[in-house]
Amino acid sequence: MTPLVDPLLSGPIGLQEILVVVFKVVVAFAFLMVAVMFMVWFERKLIGDMQNRIGPNRAGPWGILQTLADGVKLFFKEDLLPDNADRFVFKLAPYLALIPAFLIFTVVPVGGNYSTGDGTVSLFGEETLLQVADPPVGVLFVLAMSSVAVYGVMLAGWSSGSKYPLLGSVRATAQMISYEAALSLSVLSVILLSGTLSTSGIVAEQSQWNWNLWLTGFIPFAIFLISGTAELNRPPFDLVEAEQELVGGFHTEYSAVRFALFFLAEFMNTVTMSAIIVTLFLGGPNGPMFGPEWLQSWVLPSLWFFLKLFVFLFVFVWFRATLPRFRYDQLMDMGWKLLIPAALGWFLILAGIQVASDNDDINLALVVIVGVAIFFAGMGLLMLAMRSSRRQRQLSGVTD
Amino acid sequence: MPNPLNELLRQYLTVAIFAGLGLAMVGAMLGVGWLLRPDRPEPQKYINYESGVDPLGVMWSQSQIRYYVFALLFVLFDVEAVFIFPWATRLEAYGAFGLIEMAVFIFILALGLVYAWRKGVLRWV
Repeated sequence: MTPLVDPLLSGPIGLQEILVVVFKVVVAFAFLMVAVMFMVWFERKLIGDMQNRIGPNRAGPWGILQTLADGVKLFFKEDLLPDNADRFVFKLAPYLALIPAFLIFTVVPVGGNYSTGDGTVSLFGEETLLQVADPPVGVLFVLAMSSVAVYGVMLAGWSSGSKYPLLGSVRATAQMISYEAALSLSVLSVILLSGTLSTSGIVAEQSQWNWNLWLTGFIPFAIFLISGTAELNRPPFDLVEAEQELVGGFHTEYSAVRFALFFLAEFMNTVTMSAIIVTLFLGGPNGPMFGPEWLQSWVLPSLWFFLKLFVFLFVFVWFRATLPRFRYDQLMDMGWKLLIPAALGWFLILAGIQVASDNDDINLALVVIVGVAIFFAGMGLLMLAMRSSRRQRQLSGVTD
Repeated sequence: MPNPLNELLRQYLTVAIFAGLGLAMVGAMLGVGWLLRPDRPEPQKYINYESGVDPLGVMWSQSQIRYYVFALLFVLFDVEAVFIFPWATRLEAYGAFGLIEMAVFIFILALGLVYAWRKGVLRWV
């Protein structure tokens, strides 16, 4: 094979490497599109079931083509751009919302046998991981992309030059950055145990049932799940688009395809956030391995991954169907006064346990007991502080 | 054996290709929409939405400073995370000394949060 010129001029690239990249990009892209369409249908159908309704059932078998029908309809709608809007930013915002949602998925390992192998599969004669890209700082990449997504929401609301969207977007920004702090602090515990920032490395560390879900002691997982839901602006944290107060929130002024793009971004974010939770805490494609070689390297890991992904998609819909919306002050209280201190405290305890287990002359059991005792004492003090501040607020005449 | 920098750049090249594909998809969707959609301008259609009645007052309104204060607090914790992430990957190399260092660091930053709390910044009424 004659080597072609490397686009980065850092060495030759063979044809099979290009084929591998093209294959991965196309498959990931197709998967995301299908997953979003499925997710929209699944959410409507499941909510319908939970509310004792039928849900969509006209387009296609079990209404599965409903999303497609809705999407096609939006192409035939007039595109309105309010006179008041900042035209450039208004048009830019959908790009900023959708593209980060895409990019997060690049670092998610969707398959590969990590339990008995090293996670690579053979593709066009090339040993490669089943993820679009594996940068050494994969986790930071995820956090960075979810920060960029805030810009899409913020600028969309601001550039509309309208009241409801502005309110929706400032709310969204404050909420998303608050919970992003909690999100990154809970990821720290996973990083601590894995000792790497690469997503494939984290998955490899979790082989043989060493899932971070129990190794980190459930609390980081709970914090991640809660702040992930808030980061997605999904119920019960959907104050951004609280229909009763803000009409549609930041995308009130958007119509036609531009609205469809925001909608797409929202559901894509739900899918990718579930995938990130599975990767960080539930071992990604790890699971029981049996059968012949092709089954172990191609079918089973991806099957486990998608099953776990599906569980979280279900959980997000379940949240929406059962939990009432938070009030804004409750939301901020929970983020800053509960989740962030808890994430930091738990991180320090895990670090202490880690150091104690590396050192032979420190009594591990003692460290664990003292650490957990300090953690719960700290949380107790925090609760006390919150209660006293609430009492003060009531005394100053403001009802809680 | 490919050199590590080479490998690193290739990973990000793939990400860039994926971003390009996403950009192309957004562009294509907007393009198809532009071809298919009707265009029947009427002045009323371009007024901002305000629950169906004519909008009142200035549309480019202002919002409260509180949101901004949360953004400042967020910077505190994000900078903190930037320092902790590399530390967390190399904990076994630093041992007990590193742990105490980090505990002091986190304690100082926690003081920042406590200060903001005492100042009533986190109070939302």
